[in-house]
Amino acid sequence: MHHFIDRRANPKGKSLGNRQRFLRRARENIKERVDQSVRGKSIQSGSGVPDEGEKVTIPTRGLKEPRFFHSSKGGMRRHVLPGNKDFVVGDTIKRPQGSAGQGGRQASEDGDGEDEFSFTLTQEEYLEILFEGLELPDLVEKATVETETIGTRRAGLTTAGTPNNLNLVRTMRNSLGRRIALQRPTTKSQRELEEQIAELEALDERTPPQADFLEALKKRLEGIIRKRKVVGYIDPLDLRYDTFVPEKIRNSRAVVFCLMDVSGSMQEREKDLAKRFFLLLHLFLERCYEHTELVFVRHTHHAQEVDEETFFYARETGGTIVSTALEKMKEIIEERYPPDEWNIYGAQASDGENFGNDSVRCKNLLLNDLLPVSQFYAYVEIVDEAAEMLLNNPEAGEDLWQNYREVKAQAQHFEMQRVSQPGHIYPIFREFFLPKVKGMQHAGS
Amino acid sequence: MQAAEKAREPLFDGPEWTFELMEKARDAIEQIALQDLGLDVYPNQIEIISAEQMLDAYSCVGLPLMYQHWSFGKHFARDEALYRTGRQGLAYEIVINSNPCISYNMEENTMAMQTLVMAHAAFGHNHFFKNNYLFQQWTDAAGIHDYLAFAKNYIAACEERYGPLAVEEVLDAAHAMQSQGVFRYGRPPKPTNEELVAMQKVREGYESGQSVLDIWTDSTMGRNKLELVEDADFSARRKMMNLPQENILYFLEKHSPVLEPWQCEILRIVRMLAQYLYPQKQTKVMNEGCATFVHYYIINKLYEQGQITQGAYMEMLHSHTNVVMQPEYDDPRYSGINPYALGFAMMEDIRRICQKPTDEDREWFPDFAGNPDWRGVLRDAWANYRDESFIQQFLSPNLIRKFKLFTLTNDAELPNLVVSQIHNRAGYKAIRRDLAKQYDLAYLEPDIQVTDADLRGDRELKLTHTVRDGIHLDEDDQEEVLKHLRRLWGYDVRLDAVEATTES
Repeated sequence: MHHFIDRRANPKGKSLGNRQRFLRRARENIKERVDQSVRGKSIQSGSGVPDEGEKVTIPTRGLKEPRFFHSSKGGMRRHVLPGNKDFVVGDTIKRPQGSAGQGGRQASEDGDGEDEFSFTLTQEEYLEILFEGLELPDLVEKATVETETIGTRRAGLTTAGTPNNLNLVRTMRNSLGRRIALQRPTTKSQRELEEQIAELEALDERTPPQADFLEALKKRLEGIIRKRKVVGYIDPLDLRYDTFVPEKIRNSRAVVFCLMDVSGSMQEREKDLAKRFFLLLHLFLERCYEHTELVFVRHTHHAQEVDEETFFYARETGGTIVSTALEKMKEIIEERYPPDEWNIYGAQASDGENFGNDSVRCKNLLLNDLLPVSQFYAYVEIVDEAAEMLLNNPEAGEDLWQNYREVKAQAQHFEMQRVSQPGHIYPIFREFFLPKVKGMQHAGS
Repeated sequence: MQAAEKAREPLFDGPEWTFELMEKARDAIEQIALQDLGLDVYPNQIEIISAEQMLDAYSCVGLPLMYQHWSFGKHFARDEALYRTGRQGLAYEIVINSNPCISYNMEENTMAMQTLVMAHAAFGHNHFFKNNYLFQQWTDAAGIHDYLAFAKNYIAACEERYGPLAVEEVLDAAHAMQSQGVFRYGRPPKPTNEELVAMQKVREGYESGQSVLDIWTDSTMGRNKLELVEDADFSARRKMMNLPQENILYFLEKHSPVLEPWQCEILRIVRMLAQYLYPQKQTKVMNEGCATFVHYYIINKLYEQGQITQGAYMEMLHSHTNVVMQPEYDDPRYSGINPYALGFAMMEDIRRICQKPTDEDREWFPDFAGNPDWRGVLRDAWANYRDESFIQQFLSPNLIRKFKLFTLTNDAELPNLVVSQIHNRAGYKAIRRDLAKQYDLAYLEPDIQVTDADLRGDRELKLTHTVRDGIHLDEDDQEEVLKHLRRLWGYDVRLDAVEATTES
């Protein structure tokens, strides 16, 4: 007795549970490496994390599986080796340095002598760890906007309903069960009986036993027909209907406005830093909302909405008037994104330069028009790597910075930071979105 | 007779396999395996799996069903990374010691490989599992699936009830002592007095019998009687807890003062599985040698009978040659002695000694040199030996010369390694003994036993590591394992190293 079984179609991911346990176990280490990788890596346009996942290498501490085994040093041991060429008894060989000689760890179950452990995280796992512990800002004070539509949801079975909701499978199952229980004669048995009767009736002459038998058969047929009538094929009792209940379906949608200064003073480096920030913001919000949209607004002394490609790579010359971008954002919100349907996020990047007294105008626009309808607004100022004075002192700064500081004092969901290197982006981003329920003492932990 | 008629026509032609072809090939293999070689196998259940499922099976120590634990996830991630980057291929098959005997074949194999793999696993390994004494005595091939299913469900239920972290803690600790969770020499101890008392109480009406039993045990335990004089408490404890005890997991399961019943059950699961896998650890050379010998014999027979094409035969031989390759010690590919190579060579050698014995063979193996029934000699070896005793019994001077084996002595006291034996008349016996020792698990794995635990006193668990040849335990890992052990014992744990007094 033997057989072949094709297991290839079996459900995949049998070891998913093991993997989850492993990831939880290695969480701390993995997180450290993910943070590092996102800091150092140049983020490509688009998703930022390759679809096939992200390779991480973590130290094995915490993942060791200790065993009792013999130390590879000391003592007296004999090894039998193959391939003797010209040794004779008594020859001496220098002890190999560093390596512990052959056969030192035979007893260990898996040869995990290595200090590092590499494997691949899926995109989903990567993002989850990347944004672990981060929260949407300002959830306490202002609930996120959710639109509600009415849909239906299945809600089990009922005995009454409309024919179009009839659940055939359940109904027939009940019917079959009832027919078996009540011993309803089958169509086949009835037909057989009828055939027998027909056969007997076809005879011209019937012997007395045959006549009696015919009589008995007829009686039985009568009984069967009666019983089949009483015990119906489908009884109203059998009927089952699917039921549906109306349900509110929540849709949450978010739009991210990316505002960037593209005047001559913004070079490749500045744009690259800004891009990293926008990208992180987008990835993060995409995980928080069912649907997110991106709007790119670039500005010099006038602002325009552009596509992503143009936003990051096209060159533009002109002066710098920041308020034009804010005006544009306000305009687009009014046109396309009613605040009672959309969660609005603003992210602005600039090198901090602005024309004349335009900064005051920016302040007023933000405070009066934009911040009241936004969930969150972040301003990132990109400064020269040499400008340490600015980095260390939040009070110093040009006109725009000073005005934004005033905005920050008045609006909690407004955040501003300075960056000078790619490595700064991720920590700042985390700082923006750390839960701020208990003030700032938890930040940075 | 039909087979002879069909013999002219090959079983298959071309690389693609189908279930019909595999069925045909299996029947042809079975014909040779059972009629010619006289193998005795469990019914076969051959399953075709994909690469990912093979990785799955890898991570779960080759078992078809396993409880969930992070270490399996870790192994999976590592094997997957190695496989995806092409640094490690996957096995062609995995075979499980069960009844019916399940073997997994990879879907990527060609038809020729599937044939080879069936001969290897479904008949070679299968015969070994069914007939070797270690497997017969220590494993329950028919019950393993049910036990694995029980283990998986039990641990999942524990996770639900006590939380995954609590379960993980116990499993981590139990895994750390897996190699100390087997009975090496004897069956689990007989019920202790305490347990006997409990059993007696259950069976009412046997109370009078109990006192007879007490008298009997007291009067027969002469050795304990001597100790009784020295330290009555100690001796009572030893008797009550079956000390010294080599199976630490068993000891903890029975005597830990802090473990809950469910935790004890988890320890039991881990040690039962360790015990189930223990015979496989002791018979790597024999098991692989047996399977390799069988597949080699069968493919040659198939080829002789014209049942496989020359192309398929060449493909199988190519794979066979890779498997039995033994790099020399100074080869960069060298990583110890290849169990396939050694096992296969020894079994071919046994056949040679039976068929064409030399004078030397007659001197060394008077029992079977020239025995016309070489199949019987091999079957007997497969049934009654494990690696250590098999090598000790059957390694011939001819093979020692062929492998050019030599013994290197590594004494920490000396500045250099010394070549102590080479493949000459003076060295054969010593090399054979040294090589056999290299496969003796009792020698390879540290000898650690529970020697005392005073539950009424300080409750310290005392372990003794018997040091042989001055080889101590690896200290870093030792500390980690002891931490786990303390968690399971609840009180302090001490591990003493004692030099072995007698030369083994």
